[in-house]
Amino acid sequence: MSSKIDQWLETNTFHHGEFWDILKLVQEKEKKGLKISLCIPTLNEEKTIGKEIVILKSELMERYPLIDEFAVIDSGSEDKTLEVAASFGADTYLAADILPEVGDKRGKGENLWKAIYQLDGDIIIYVDADIKNIHPRFVTGIVAPLINNDTIKYCKAFYDRPMAYSSGIRSSGGGRVTEILIRPLFSLFFPELTSLIQPLSGEFAVRREVLERIPFPIGYGVETAHILDVYREWGLEAFGQCDLDQRIHRNQSTNALGKMSFGILQTFINRLKSYGMVDKLPEMATIYRQFQAEGNRYEQLTREIVEYERPPMVTIPAYREKYGIKE
Amino acid sequence: MATDLQSILDSIHPHRKELHSIRELLLANAMMIGEIPAPTGEEADRITFLANRYTEDGLQNISIDEAGNGMAVLPGKRGENNILVCAHADTVFSPNVDHAMSVTADKIFGPGIGDNSLGLAAIVTLPEILKRLKISFDDNLILLGCSRSLGRGDLGGIRFFLENNKLPIRAGISVEGIQLGRLSYSAIGMLRGEISVHMPSAYDWAKFGATGSVATLTKVVQRIMEIPIPMQPPTQIIFGSINGGTSFGTRPSSAKLRFEIRSEKAGMVAELKEKIIDIVEETANTSNAEIKFSSVAERQTGGLDYGHPMVKAMRKILETLEVKPRIEPSVGELSQLIDRGVPSVTLGLTRGENKNELDESIDIPPIFGGIAQMIALLESIDGGLCDEQ
Repeated sequence: MSSKIDQWLETNTFHHGEFWDILKLVQEKEKKGLKISLCIPTLNEEKTIGKEIVILKSELMERYPLIDEFAVIDSGSEDKTLEVAASFGADTYLAADILPEVGDKRGKGENLWKAIYQLDGDIIIYVDADIKNIHPRFVTGIVAPLINNDTIKYCKAFYDRPMAYSSGIRSSGGGRVTEILIRPLFSLFFPELTSLIQPLSGEFAVRREVLERIPFPIGYGVETAHILDVYREWGLEAFGQCDLDQRIHRNQSTNALGKMSFGILQTFINRLKSYGMVDKLPEMATIYRQFQAEGNRYEQLTREIVEYERPPMVTIPAYREKYGIKE
Repeated sequence: MATDLQSILDSIHPHRKELHSIRELLLANAMMIGEIPAPTGEEADRITFLANRYTEDGLQNISIDEAGNGMAVLPGKRGENNILVCAHADTVFSPNVDHAMSVTADKIFGPGIGDNSLGLAAIVTLPEILKRLKISFDDNLILLGCSRSLGRGDLGGIRFFLENNKLPIRAGISVEGIQLGRLSYSAIGMLRGEISVHMPSAYDWAKFGATGSVATLTKVVQRIMEIPIPMQPPTQIIFGSINGGTSFGTRPSSAKLRFEIRSEKAGMVAELKEKIIDIVEETANTSNAEIKFSSVAERQTGGLDYGHPMVKAMRKILETLEVKPRIEPSVGELSQLIDRGVPSVTLGLTRGENKNELDESIDIPPIFGGIAQMIALLESIDGGLCDEQ
């Protein structure tokens, strides 16, 4: 086990600095006849979306034609996210307007799933919208392994994750949910997957042939489900990961991380069940309970979190028709 | 090559409109430059970014010199003359400051974005801008990102470049991100100085009135404030900072004052400097403290006349843009160019707020007019319209 992980780390883990020559990437992409799409899923990201579009579009579409298509897919922002995005020339879509016949669910996973239908690329790159220090490496680092290596199908980003504070930034020591939830679960049930350094990172590039064949939880569990399903179908060899150095983003409260963990656990346990790895588990609750104290009074906060899943896109008739899938 | 000013003026508005196509490239350059920390003397990473961009654009003579300046040449059709376009690369912010930029539909926020990330971005994007506008010059353009400009840097970058440069320079343009309308064509006389007070270890603290170096330094400040300062031409002494002491009740053994003298009157800075040195020496003798005067940076007064063809052309260009000129003398790169007899001006590219604060910002829409004015001035110089007869 450990030698397999060591070997995988040696061959499938990269640093963005290896891919500084963007022109070379463009030439390789063109040689292989690949089309590459970039999707930014958004919900109320007016403060960071403009910069992401300006930098990624100018560097990776205008200066170097690495990206063929660039879209913002929004969940219904109430701020100026779409206005800012459109003002800098991005294609903007409301998730609700894509595949209207399948209905509208709220969640980042929904946007990622609908991007498969809306965007034409052979490779789709997803980049979160809340990155304060956006840089072309957030795209080149994760797409280059797919361009250069035909066996890699799914490439994840990893990085230092300092938190931004009013007076500057300070190190957080890594993704908290990863370290206290995902890594222990992977260690227990899927030890090879512990070699993914940031399994929950929001930046990843995937081949269409993979994306269209995996289901998409629409909420917190989407990244975890992807990793488990891709691992089960294509093995560890299908993964790559790339060190992007540093990613500065908003700090989330511990309460918010609790909700995220609850949703991820639902997804994880559902996967264990569907893989036949456990049975006789009681039905899972969907109410997440937290508590807050006011003086001597303790108040219960409850929130229903249901990890609804979208089926593999390849099963959707409109998708099959658009991409001419017969079998 | 344009040979009459009116045709250049007529092209300003079409150029401004067309420059919108370069928006993302320009803003991306400004933000990427802005996110590279570059306190004075530590501009190397920022200059490397410039050099990489020069390489990508296929420029010639790309080099980083001993002083840390980043230079490249965009060859002209004839190449007999050279026009220098420069911007300072350093900022007042330490690397510990969060340099992340943010952008809205019409503004960019971030430390140093106006001073001078946008200025540098304009220079580094200039080859692509000229390509899109289908403009080529007879003269070569020397594009220069200058190191060590601010504070103690004392214009070390441009000074080194001008001392060692072998290319004859016909004219110079110094580019600042803010403010649009700025038109500097003269250098203001300036001196940045430090006065340090130190009480020797054998100092007699029992002496009546011996309360420490801060009190002694304060006496020096009071005496300087009593020096008569002329209102016209404008002259100022700015007390920038005082540091000294460690606690409430400990007599401070050392203290330091940083100040700047500025004057538009030739010789006035030297005159004030002499008076301050006299005050320092007299106070040292009467207090038995060690008091030292040191000059950190000095500039000579000088510049072009209001009626110089380059200044007249710039006034016409700003008038065409319907921007009111803000005539102000400069203590920046311009002063070195003027000192060496190179006809030059300093321009600002857009409006901005909170210069040198963490929430510094620039307005995006006026940038296109700011770039258009720079192009128009380059065309005027290239066409010989800024040469003195």
